[in-house]
Amino acid sequence: MSTITGTDRPDDLDEIHAGERRFAELLANEQRVEPTDWMPEGYRKTLIRQISQHAHSEIIGMQPEGNWITRAPSLKRKAILMAKVQDEAGHGLYLYSAAQTLGIDRDTMFEQLITGAAKYSSIFNYTTPTWADMGSIGWLVDGAAICNQVPLCRASYGPYGRAMVRICKEESFHQRQGFEILLTLMRGTDGQRAMAQESVNRWYAPALMMFGPPDDDSPNSKQSMAWNIKRFSNDELRQRFVDMLVPQAEILGVTLPDPDIAWNEERGHYDFGELDWNEFREVLAGHGPANAIRVARRREAHEDGAWVREAARAYAHRQAARRSAELAEAVAS
Amino acid sequence: MTSPGESGGRETWPLWEVFVRSSRGLSHVHAGSLHAPDETMAVRNARDLYTRRAEGVSVWVVPASAITASDPDARGAFFESPQGKEYRHATYYTESDAVPHL
Repeated sequence: MSTITGTDRPDDLDEIHAGERRFAELLANEQRVEPTDWMPEGYRKTLIRQISQHAHSEIIGMQPEGNWITRAPSLKRKAILMAKVQDEAGHGLYLYSAAQTLGIDRDTMFEQLITGAAKYSSIFNYTTPTWADMGSIGWLVDGAAICNQVPLCRASYGPYGRAMVRICKEESFHQRQGFEILLTLMRGTDGQRAMAQESVNRWYAPALMMFGPPDDDSPNSKQSMAWNIKRFSNDELRQRFVDMLVPQAEILGVTLPDPDIAWNEERGHYDFGELDWNEFREVLAGHGPANAIRVARRREAHEDGAWVREAARAYAHRQAARRSAELAEAVAS
Repeated sequence: MTSPGESGGRETWPLWEVFVRSSRGLSHVHAGSLHAPDETMAVRNARDLYTRRAEGVSVWVVPASAITASDPDARGAFFESPQGKEYRHATYYTESDAVPHL
């Protein structure tokens, strides 16, 4: 919008100013912004990035658990795991739909994921070598996700908030089933207890990093909070999560792998140790244990499915053509 | 006039809007959208995507491109102002406040 040419330009500017005013009003009154409303370009871009990254995380998130469907220890556990992985596919699809209302098409988002142009939650770049990891993912990873996502139900962008409401309803089953897996192991043999503890040791810190870098190192957070997309800072959410986790760990009988965890009477919160943000940046930059595998598998699945998508489209076109031919014949006779 | 949720027809499969009736006696309510090659697949995908926990007894799917929406920019002119029309609400009539069953 650098030059004003033509006679109708001032009208456009008036319209933009009216849109800006209306947008500011909506935010000030805690109201929702809907797809057809005027919105600042930055707001639209931030949301497209955040929602599509979130969708990609759900889609990639199917892999670490899909890994265990065939080896889950009982038919019941297999059925539960399949339901959970199916939910994650569903969550990805709700979110892709929400992102599309901002003007990006789905094929573009798929492309961004399989070419590695888009990011997704770095937690899914860790591997799942033991059955106890299904428990840790549910309890810690889904637990952190819920902490993050509940406030997003009130995000200012309507379609995002609505998708999050649906997702949050379904996530609580995910967390509880994970807790139950760990509880069952902790009530089992010494070997099973050791397996549960070893898994919690590996997942605890990465789960805490899911809330993102510390507040003073998170440049976009302020703007997101001003836009009512983000409601609490990364550190606030992380603290809330640790406060919930400590008593839950006691019930499980597992030890959280952080010697600095201690109740702080003065703050009314648990203190906890410094996290290794180098590791976070490394994994995010693509150097995690499974980054390459995750994206390669996603690309493979997408490319292997191409003929199905094309065949279904060809079939739909042919059926539609046949129907309109029949209709034309009926009209003619 | 615009169609909600449309992104220009460049997609492999068209976009459908999904409406779910949660139980008998209630109307269908918009649940979300999805991509599918045709209406048969759209209904099946809608079932898998939006009713995994018995959320519905009936689903409608509508091509997103077939929906016509009111123009959001014409909000003021299109929707009549409620100002000065309090008489359209029961609460406007206060003389009968003390009268039972009215």
